[in-house]
Amino acid sequence: MATLVFLEHHGNELQKGSLGVLARAASLGDSDVAAVVAGDGARALASEAGKFGAAKVWVCEDEQVAQPLPQPRVDVLAKVVADGGYDTVLFANSVLAADVAAGLAARLDAGLNWDLVDLELRDGEPVGKRPALQDAVYADVGWSGTPRVALFRAGSFDATATAGGEPDVVEVAPDYAAHSTGARLVGQDEEESSGPSIEDAEIVVAGGRGLGAPENFTLAEELAQALGGAVGATRAVVDAGWYPYSAQIGQTGKTVSPKLYVALGISGAIQHKVGMQSSNVIVSINKDPNAPIFEFSDLGVVGDVHEIVPKLTELIRARKG
Amino acid sequence: MRIAVCVKHVPEGVSRLDPGTGRLDRSGEGTLNHFDANAVEEALRLKGDSDTEVIVVSLGPEKAIDSLRKALAMGADRAVLVSDDTAAGSDLVATSRILAAALEREQPDLVLFGQQASDADGAVLWAAVAERLGRPVVSQAMELSVGDGSLRVKRQTEFGYDTIEAPLPAVVAVSDAINEPRYPSLKGIMGAKKKQQDVLSLADLGVAADEAGESGSRTTVLALADPPARGDARKIEDDGSAAQAVVDFLAEKRLV
Repeated sequence: MATLVFLEHHGNELQKGSLGVLARAASLGDSDVAAVVAGDGARALASEAGKFGAAKVWVCEDEQVAQPLPQPRVDVLAKVVADGGYDTVLFANSVLAADVAAGLAARLDAGLNWDLVDLELRDGEPVGKRPALQDAVYADVGWSGTPRVALFRAGSFDATATAGGEPDVVEVAPDYAAHSTGARLVGQDEEESSGPSIEDAEIVVAGGRGLGAPENFTLAEELAQALGGAVGATRAVVDAGWYPYSAQIGQTGKTVSPKLYVALGISGAIQHKVGMQSSNVIVSINKDPNAPIFEFSDLGVVGDVHEIVPKLTELIRARKG
Repeated sequence: MRIAVCVKHVPEGVSRLDPGTGRLDRSGEGTLNHFDANAVEEALRLKGDSDTEVIVVSLGPEKAIDSLRKALAMGADRAVLVSDDTAAGSDLVATSRILAAALEREQPDLVLFGQQASDADGAVLWAAVAERLGRPVVSQAMELSVGDGSLRVKRQTEFGYDTIEAPLPAVVAVSDAINEPRYPSLKGIMGAKKKQQDVLSLADLGVAADEAGESGSRTTVLALADPPARGDARKIEDDGSAAQAVVDFLAEKRLV
């Protein structure tokens, strides 16, 4: 297997999810693993990629990839796959990476397996593990022919640095397809988070629509404070203006995997689930006994958050003295 | 203007896999993928009172026509169903090839997708179709406006909000935060039956049999297994003592 890993970066930081995929690919030990970084500041990140197991890093800082848009990156990857002779291309899921992976699969007529949580080698052939049907079934999936493209679920692997040395750095300059550069980013509005980062917190208390009103987020805040954790929110309440976007957990928000995740009044829609399902222990409180969140909770409580949470906060405060 | 909306007919209720083929069992009742209703709604909103034509396009079994009729009842003008036994089991590569062929035939200015399929959780098809059509693509749209040969999208990503512009023709995948889909009216339901509904074979699209279905696919399902057990998952009803039960549970897990 000749493997290439797409590394996504934001500002001057490589994203943990893609470094996790790189570390996993390197740990398979089949052969040298290469990585590709495209966008402003790519060159400066190459040696960082080496620490996570990349023996070679392809970099592209062309103007066409300055913006975080997928299609010019398909041109970059198609060129790297051709020049480097890679047969397997791995991605960590994100809004950007999913579109790059699918575009590349179509460009190369390559098989794409998505939502994988692991990859292993069986007789030298890669086999992916994919939970399906709301995780009720785990499928082993493979590829017929090469190249192979795989998209991994967020948070599937820890980004563990290896003893990797300084990688070879190769510049790549593809020709860009006309349609690849049609879309342009004309505005960007980044919200800086305040308070402890929910991505690094060991305990996250998150609130959803079931809290009933924006002022009831104090229930989540007080419980988080008692537990020593951070506060998260669902997209529904962020869209409704109850809580800032910086606290949003889910598909287009943050992905968290704390030791403890407490879900208050959260139904557990798939878009939310993908942002928190790799949490170690999940406790949920919801008055709807049929809420999907109970299907992936370690402890589910059917009841009223307004009754239970104040008591819970008191008990934890008392316990901590 | 012409807008094509790609929709999927998904199994209703609890889905299961056929243990023999590893494919989704599609023998039961089906329904319009609810994420696609947002895309249909957005097309109808863009159409408004104009002479824009809204076409709904699907690849699926014959009964997928039910989901297309629902979109027609919501207000779409015309339906195209690609239905062919040879296409069963098509993966992303094959599905995008077939859909792109169907879309080429219609030459829409704008192609819309919903944000994911509720059955297979796929959330990438638009990017593959856009690549095959050679068109710009924007995903996760939460606001969409079209005018003067271009479109403008506001979307949410992991890092904040982006505003993206692209020239038409283009492909856009909408988020379910973009709108509240309407319910079909009785008049809409009655009127849907009379609207044009074309059922096409792969041959009609010029797609060779070996480019579709399993022979046109590049991924395989090797085995199915039960998921790893979620430890000793518990569910309790609050009888006034739930707060204490949660504390006991957290203590047992050494989390407090």
